[in-house]
Amino acid sequence: MFGTHYRIERKSIALAVAIMVVASIGGLIEIAPLFTIDDTVESDPNMRVYTPLELAGRNIYIREGCYACHSQMVRTLQDEVERYGPYSLAVESKYDHPMLWGSKRTGPDLARLGGKYSDQWHTAHLKNPRDVVPQSIMPRYNWLSESQLNTKHLGDDLRALRAVGVPYTDAMIENAPADAVAQASPDDDTASLVERYGEATQVRSFDGDRSTTSEMDALIAYLQILGKLSDAAHQAPTTKK
Amino acid sequence: MAVLVILAAVGLAMAAAGAARMDPMQAHGFLVLLFCLGLLCVVLNDYFAPEPSAARLESYYDDPSKAGIIIAMLWAVFGMFIGDWVAWLLAFPDLTFDAAWSSFGRLRPAHTTGVIFGFGGNALIATSFHVMQRTSRARLPDQFSPWFVLLGYNLFCLLAVSGYFMGITQSKEYAEPEWYADIWLVIVWVTYMVLYLRTLARRKEPHIYVANWYYLAFILVVAILHIVNNLAVPAALGGTKSYSLFSGVQDAMTQWWYGHNAVAFFLTAGFLGMLYYYLPKRADRPIYSYRMSIIGFWGITFFYMWAGSHHLHYTALPQWVQTLGMTFSVMLLVPSWIAAANALLTLNGAWDKVRDDATLRFMMMAAIFYGLSTFEGSFMAIRSVNALSHYTDWTIGHVHAGAMGWVALITFGSIYAVVPWLWKRERMYSPALVEVHFWLALAGTLIYVFAMWNSGIIQGLMWRTYNDSGTLTYSFLDSMIAMHPYYVARAIGGLLFLIGAIVGCYNIWMTIRQPSAVLAASGDAPLPATLQPAE
Repeated sequence: MFGTHYRIERKSIALAVAIMVVASIGGLIEIAPLFTIDDTVESDPNMRVYTPLELAGRNIYIREGCYACHSQMVRTLQDEVERYGPYSLAVESKYDHPMLWGSKRTGPDLARLGGKYSDQWHTAHLKNPRDVVPQSIMPRYNWLSESQLNTKHLGDDLRALRAVGVPYTDAMIENAPADAVAQASPDDDTASLVERYGEATQVRSFDGDRSTTSEMDALIAYLQILGKLSDAAHQAPTTKK
Repeated sequence: MAVLVILAAVGLAMAAAGAARMDPMQAHGFLVLLFCLGLLCVVLNDYFAPEPSAARLESYYDDPSKAGIIIAMLWAVFGMFIGDWVAWLLAFPDLTFDAAWSSFGRLRPAHTTGVIFGFGGNALIATSFHVMQRTSRARLPDQFSPWFVLLGYNLFCLLAVSGYFMGITQSKEYAEPEWYADIWLVIVWVTYMVLYLRTLARRKEPHIYVANWYYLAFILVVAILHIVNNLAVPAALGGTKSYSLFSGVQDAMTQWWYGHNAVAFFLTAGFLGMLYYYLPKRADRPIYSYRMSIIGFWGITFFYMWAGSHHLHYTALPQWVQTLGMTFSVMLLVPSWIAAANALLTLNGAWDKVRDDATLRFMMMAAIFYGLSTFEGSFMAIRSVNALSHYTDWTIGHVHAGAMGWVALITFGSIYAVVPWLWKRERMYSPALVEVHFWLALAGTLIYVFAMWNSGIIQGLMWRTYNDSGTLTYSFLDSMIAMHPYYVARAIGGLLFLIGAIVGCYNIWMTIRQPSAVLAASGDAPLPATLQPAE
């Protein structure tokens, strides 16, 4: 055994190849099957995609590094299920490129945040968390209401997501900027938006300011959809395929 | 020079494309452009200088190592400063400017990247150049590529950190830089790999020394990890945003396979390379056991790659992968402790030096912290322990026991050993200041780690405590309020550690500025007069 090594360590290429082979085995065995085994992700035909406004909000969530303090993964532990709701299923993050499961809870888990608080609460909380929760240590995001959401290139984002496997249609890609504005403008004609993304699409002015589509609108639209893309987690476990 | 011109043109193109889309890509284009123009000035300044004599080829090429060490220390102070700032923010959230760039979520990756990649990465590149030349008894193969690796790597770090302040991130922890910075890093890293293999091919020693196995594993495996985890489709060539190729559960597994093995091959293998060279050199003792080195090396290379899934216990990841991750994490303790024991047993017969020499004590303390935090890591990977520790500050305490206690201490020890050798000084400017740095660093680490152990375990227990009527006793907010004193303690510990690093910078600067120094470097075996490949 040590004699063999005595020979390997005299040849730099042999050593390099040996390192790469030995190091690759674990990853191959653990990662590759996840893409081929059917049980990895449950099937849910009613799973819906993010609207352009929600996607823009998700990108703001990523930009501000919210994932560093808030997980989006309820584990299968009793206290977590009681505190946050049904444990997370793989299908719920099927369209999340990348996933935002997180690794630390400096603040609470957000996997089932959607619908828990009103839009007004979210607006006030994001502007200054300590106005709503005096002991909060979250940063203030008061500038989000003033910054206009850049919707111009949302079509590119949807197209890139389609390339990695999210089923966006041509019509969705083409109308992405208009749909983003429409979702935060309840007075506009939103029929085609609802037709494309389904009856459950939440159409309203999220930050209470109807004059513009702000980054605040987008972020709250995203926070209000968390845990609501799929009902699979709320159904009896027998539905798990 | 041609490389700089091409790169400057790429920078200009990025700036133009970014401007057209109103995208932060514009700022990064200008950053690349400025970086190249600055270097061009330096190169042009020397362009008409007479050709240096051929005599330089007969000695080791140490200028890139010297530059790398200075840059590493600058990143250390920057990264630790940001780290301490965010530590105070968690105790007093309004200690900040009311601006987007200064909020916690943007500063935090600037801290992690600044320390891991800025400080750690530059120290690894600088010491690897030094170690591979000495252990191979061969000069670096050419003048240009070491500088390309060092400066190109720092351009990557600058793109990464400046990006976070502007909100450019792909939200994969420890792999936050966006697609164009990732591609640039691949180019730099492949050059690094080729440079390393070329140096090994020229070696005058028949055997490759153990430190070089670790440096080689670090370079090769980090390349694999980086490329696979960063596969993504950019939304547009003129924009910073990209979307990961993987989603949901597969993305989570890939991310933690990367994340945990960045600890294994960036923060462990590379620094074990330092340990295996500088500790025996400084102690003036041979490595305790050759066979332990072999078992430790291959054990770490094989077992670590399975362990990443222990970050995903009780999640939607299939159970069999979680179990594999846990099993291998526990087995990993064997090679880790073999490496730590090999280092400590090497000190047998040299304990009087450990007592008198703070530089050697840095290295010994690093080996002890390495042993402790690998034990803690295996323990925390057990499912039932992880149920309590995951998502809490215990994890933060664990990684900082590794980062401050192991990675930073071995780096400071190695730098204090190598600076006098490189600059041909008899010793550091002030051994007393090395002593001061040692105690500041140790005190800072202990305060930090104990504070986080306390807060993490209290946090985890509060989340799962039930009262007599069978409902949860504490709200999430209750657990947060209970953390406050520990967060203050953590920030104080971090401050001590930062002050230590600043003292180190001053000491290194004064050592370099010391006028005298006649002694030849004691660490160097003479370079053979004629350089020929070994095989």
